[in-house]
Amino acid sequence: MAHKRREMLIDPLVDNNPITLQVLGICSALAVTSSLQVAFVMSIAVTFVTAFSSMFISMIRNQIPGSIRIIVQMVVIASLVILVDQMLKAFAFEISKTLSVFVGLIITNCIVMGRAEAFAMKNPPIDSFIDGVGNGLGYGLILMLVGVIRELFGSGSLFGVTILETVNNGGWYVPNGLLLLPPSAFFIIGLIIWAFRAWKPEQVEEREYKIQTVEAH
Amino acid sequence: MSEDQKPKGAIGRFLALPPDSVPKTIFIAVSVCLVASMIVSAAAVALRPTQAVNALKDKQINILQVAGIYDPNKDVLESFAAFEPQILELETGEFTDQFDIATFDDRDAADDPATSVALDDDPAGIGRQGKFVTVYLLRDDAGEIDKVILPLHGYGLWSTLYGFIALEENGNDIFGLQFYEHAETPGLGAEVDNPRWKALWNGKKLADETGELQISVTKAVPAAGADYHIDALAGATLTTVGVHNLVNFWMGETGYQPFLDNLKAGGI
Repeated sequence: MAHKRREMLIDPLVDNNPITLQVLGICSALAVTSSLQVAFVMSIAVTFVTAFSSMFISMIRNQIPGSIRIIVQMVVIASLVILVDQMLKAFAFEISKTLSVFVGLIITNCIVMGRAEAFAMKNPPIDSFIDGVGNGLGYGLILMLVGVIRELFGSGSLFGVTILETVNNGGWYVPNGLLLLPPSAFFIIGLIIWAFRAWKPEQVEEREYKIQTVEAH
Repeated sequence: MSEDQKPKGAIGRFLALPPDSVPKTIFIAVSVCLVASMIVSAAAVALRPTQAVNALKDKQINILQVAGIYDPNKDVLESFAAFEPQILELETGEFTDQFDIATFDDRDAADDPATSVALDDDPAGIGRQGKFVTVYLLRDDAGEIDKVILPLHGYGLWSTLYGFIALEENGNDIFGLQFYEHAETPGLGAEVDNPRWKALWNGKKLADETGELQISVTKAVPAAGADYHIDALAGATLTTVGVHNLVNFWMGETGYQPFLDNLKAGGI
């Protein structure tokens, strides 16, 4: 059992990563990764919401009527997201101003809904909690990777600390403005998916069709 | 959970009902909503004081920024002490001692029929305008007025934008404009927060030599010339129109004009 739980935590980091394998939660990954600090807070928020929503939904899973299960899940998730939003406004006001819209959008983050529906509805609470933490961390890992690249080469800093002195501040580094725009996250995530699949070829999906070889008559 | 073979009591029997039965569905829906709403409202009420402190601090930082004296390494309250807050009566353009500056709230005053007027001609879309507002004066070492920070607000596309405009001592040159609260579209209307756009305001003039208000936030440079023109935000027409209207409204005769006239005449 302990071994299985460890797998549940480790698996979503690379082997079953919600962003690179399941390609979920891309929208927020584009929006919040231009600075590492924001990406970090977002990762924690999503991990918190995924873990606790999975746990609470799993606790009442035998009572949830099938006909309204999605709405019940949404109510649990939305309440947790509002809780996170209120906490941020109280204890991290500056970050909450940058994140506010996207924190609200955690409600519609496919990862949270996906784990609730696919895992928490069929598994006991502690397993669901661990699964939620694992998936939140998998999401966070990609967010941080993308964030490091975008902030380092886009603004020459990491967590707001200058690493490459930019020309505007009298240094030598000409920042790449594209990396501060959302489309760059698409390219970076695409390259990360490519790297992951080159490293672990079993992640490559099978083709939906096969090219037939026709014998010459 | 009702894993027991023999459920006891009314609640036990109820929980043992199949989840898809109608009473159970209604019961689950109501109870989940009830519990969730209790948690959410408890959190909102418990955290409100902390959030209010943050919002106040944020407003003060914005006032410091618009005046160009914000230093992130210094304590906000300490830096903020440089300002001299005053309550201004808009109609006369003079300061008043009728209220306690520590407890006076501009927005409460604008809602109270005793201290506000309903607007017939309302280009800024604010409905009621307070007769009194809190303004902030920044004096130089000799005690002369260096800058005045005036609050203004008005409707954009989705939301009321609340901000401050900083004017030089002559009451006509703009030092800066900054909004501290709004809910415009991120990436389009919310570009009012973009430092590069905010920098456009610096050095512009409100009125021309004849005293006519010329300031405009439009796509094309008006006849009055570039000194009175701030370029519109691309893709955010309605927010831009809102900013144009609110600046013109507040700088006009129902806004700060009496005060600015007094300031120019040296009566402050």
